[in-house]
Amino acid sequence: MQYDVIIVGGGIIAAALAESLALAGASVLVLEAQNAGAGVSAAGMGHLVVLDDNPAELALARDGLERWQRRRAVLPAGAEYRECGTLWLARDGEELAEAERKQARNRTLGLDCKLLGRAALYAAEPNLAPGFAGGLLRPDEAVLYPPAACSWLLANAQALGARLLEHCPVAELAEGGVRCADGREFRARAVVLAAGTASPELLPGLPLKPRKGQLAITERYPDLVRHQLVELGYIKRAHAATGDSVAFNVQPRATGQILIGSSRENEDTGAELNWPLLGEMLELAGSMLPALRQCRILRAWTGLRPATPDGLPLLGPVPGRTGLWLATGHEGLGITTALSSAALLAAQILGRKPELDPAPYWPQRFHQLSGSALHA
Amino acid sequence: MTEARFELIVLGAGPAGLAAAKAAADSGREVLVLDDNPLPGGQIWRGGPDQAPNARARAAFSALQHPRIAYRPGARLFAAPGPGTLLVELPEGGCRLGYGQLILATGARERFLPFPGWTLPGVFGLGGLQALAKGGYPVAGKRIVLAGTGPLLLAVADTLKARGARVLLLAEQAPLGRVARFAAGLVRHPAKLAQAVALKSRLLGIPYRCSSHVLEASGRERLERLRLSWGGEEGFIDCDYLGCAFGLLPNTETGQLLGCTLAAGAVAVDDYQQTSRPGVYAAGEACGIGGVDKAQIEGRIAGLAAAGRPEEARRLFPARAHARDFADRLAEAFRLEPALLRLARPDTLICRCEDVPLQALQSCSSWREAKLLTRCGMGACQGRTCGPMAETLLGFEPRGSRPPLQPVSLETLVSALSPTDPR
Ligand SMILES: Cc1cc2nc3c(=O)[nH]c(=O)nc-3n(C[C@H](O)[C@H](O)[C@H](O)COP(=O)(O)OP(=O)(O)OC[C@H]3O[C@@H](n4cnc5c(N)ncnc54)[C@H](O)[C@@H]3O)c2cc1C
Ligand SMILES: Cc1cc2nc3c(=O)[nH]c(=O)nc-3n(C[C@H](O)[C@H](O)[C@H](O)COP(=O)(O)OP(=O)(O)OC[C@H]3O[C@@H](n4cnc5c(N)ncnc54)[C@H](O)[C@@H]3O)c2cc1C
Repeated sequence: MQYDVIIVGGGIIAAALAESLALAGASVLVLEAQNAGAGVSAAGMGHLVVLDDNPAELALARDGLERWQRRRAVLPAGAEYRECGTLWLARDGEELAEAERKQARNRTLGLDCKLLGRAALYAAEPNLAPGFAGGLLRPDEAVLYPPAACSWLLANAQALGARLLEHCPVAELAEGGVRCADGREFRARAVVLAAGTASPELLPGLPLKPRKGQLAITERYPDLVRHQLVELGYIKRAHAATGDSVAFNVQPRATGQILIGSSRENEDTGAELNWPLLGEMLELAGSMLPALRQCRILRAWTGLRPATPDGLPLLGPVPGRTGLWLATGHEGLGITTALSSAALLAAQILGRKPELDPAPYWPQRFHQLSGSALHA
Repeated sequence: MTEARFELIVLGAGPAGLAAAKAAADSGREVLVLDDNPLPGGQIWRGGPDQAPNARARAAFSALQHPRIAYRPGARLFAAPGPGTLLVELPEGGCRLGYGQLILATGARERFLPFPGWTLPGVFGLGGLQALAKGGYPVAGKRIVLAGTGPLLLAVADTLKARGARVLLLAEQAPLGRVARFAAGLVRHPAKLAQAVALKSRLLGIPYRCSSHVLEASGRERLERLRLSWGGEEGFIDCDYLGCAFGLLPNTETGQLLGCTLAAGAVAVDDYQQTSRPGVYAAGEACGIGGVDKAQIEGRIAGLAAAGRPEEARRLFPARAHARDFADRLAEAFRLEPALLRLARPDTLICRCEDVPLQALQSCSSWREAKLLTRCGMGACQGRTCGPMAETLLGFEPRGSRPPLQPVSLETLVSALSPTDPR
């Protein structure tokens, strides 16, 4: 049979897209190499956050957050959606001034936020180390548990008629369809490559690199932290163009556990822990939240973010390859932007007008993808 | 950060580890012995040298007086970040240890199987209840049922009886035929036979039933009553405590962390007790359940081999073969009856850390899927209990082992990882 759309990959991006397409009445086949949701979607923090440093990133994240917010009532309990808010911490006067600028920007955008002075900050988070100047609270941001959200989206898609094949790696993108490693072939009018960091294996030359990150989780310490805590210095540290970096990023889980992040590595792409960097990351967390030092770490793991050179995802048609689309490159924001990316891309695939301007995310912005360079 | 390097590190101060350390030190090696318990002796001699029950235990403990053996109790290995390096939690904080060779003597733990009510307060592991009683937990006058399999049932009954408990029943899951054949076969192991006879005579008056197991534990807040199957019939017993376990499982996590190959659920070793990783040896229960004789002989072989004395090690091969013969008879006689795998009901918890019942796992085809969908095995014990249950009941492939091996404080991790002082 001929499908309307085949999606290669079964992570959160693929799952959201499958649901959007199925909802619009398209026939959809999802092909996942392992278990759906077992890729980086199972390794991330699940912080739904709007970063305002780039207009295109902001638009997609904001739309993504709003879509999650609208669906929170129907999310299953296992998705552990919690509107804990994001608290951006200012270490000193300089960072507090940055918080004020951020507040002003957010206000013009209509994003709810509240500046906290020193006293209000410590009332909100009594376990913080002394010495912070204040903070900026974004009250309607949230966290969720990505693996459960991913399987919920896929279950919705399947209920609407989509078909999911797990343990079925795609070996080749053929004309008008795909060929799987086991030799099976499937045909569709449109094929979407959403295989995360593995995408370049199927489309060599794709400007996408894994950017490794590490997280650690504690045993249960309810109420030690109440908000997702991020430092205002985060962007500086996290997006330092070269080299490895750690940033303070701490999340209260619905289970009472504390998820501690995060790190970024550009060169190392193995799945093993980078122990010295993990040590640095935990030391930073312990210096910001001294009570964490006595908390017991249950597990530490790594994940590979699918990163593009400009930090924006690849959402749109591959130039010169009829019927082939991309949905990847979400780096560290793919959970937040899964639903908005899906809506944006589904509309284009189905020939409808998307709500957001799609142009900033089109793959053709990269010269590697602008001509016929990718003709395999 | 403290950092130190040792020619040989022995992990575990039970019979296998102590024997390994002594053999290597006698051959001239400098040895560090690490154990996470506060006292040496492992499972069998857990009271330490002061409570050594016999001459054999005292002889084993004498290793710790050896001038070339250093011993650190309360030391928990939690990661192996690279070849030749271990991260260890000591009472005073984290540290990084380097080694040339390593002997894993990490022992075994009890195997649990789920039945309705197994998570009720008052239900213990068999060895767990024994350890509690030895540690002073009051059992005098308590009505106790012991259920499970193998000689451990008798040993635990002996401990509890000596402390004044009223042991109501020993429920052995194996059928009488197999138990009788095992007992008859003990003539080839006269020392064991003598022990068994002495033990049995001390336990006179306590009913010992074969083909028996617990079907269900019930009670309002805690254990009050057991429903049992004995020899095909069903009955009820009111009691205060149940000690229940189904044999032992090798502790393979450390071996897995180091990349050692497993075989039949134990760390695989060659004739010289070397694992698939050169320079890493394993001895005792970690490489196959078999009791104290096997553990000591294997420990000695590993210690000699690590110290470069293969000829002397070879001389112990016949003794090891004899000890392994006993282990094989034990495994055959007390292998688990299939009925034990069918006791759990759909709502019986498998993962008690994350409250995951059997029915939530039945649709999963692998550990990976079970973790993603149910959080099974992701709680405080990191699957140490539910892992083997799910593998036995649902046929999941054995789990990998991931750091930290045991939960460790952030501070300890940081101090173990901090750069060495440039002194
Ligand atoms: C440490 C860390 C923290 C993070 N924190 C956050 C956060 O707080 N908030 C946030 O929004 N995002 C966060 N992220 C980012 C987020 O996890 C990712 O952006 C998102 O999960 C990407 O989803 P994906 O579907 O593109 O990739 P994946 O989940 O990797 O999905 C790709 C799928 O494709 C499959 N596949 C691969 N090859 C093939 C093939 N040949 N055939 C078929 N299938 C194939 C893979 O098995 C995989 O399941 C974080 C990431 C990391 C690493
Ligand atoms: C919000 C959140 C909360 C979490 N909370 C917890 C928690 O409380 N407790 C906890 O334990 N974990 C937690 N995790 C961690 C996460 O679920 C696990 O680390 C992991 O993603 C699932 O466990 P795993 O060990 O099966 O897989 P991973 O550790 O991710 O390992 C991946 C698997 O793939 C296999 N694999 C990958 N590549 C290859 C290859 N090339 N060849 C062969 N095999 C390969 C590996 O062998 C391994 O089995 C949390 C994650 C998130 C996002």
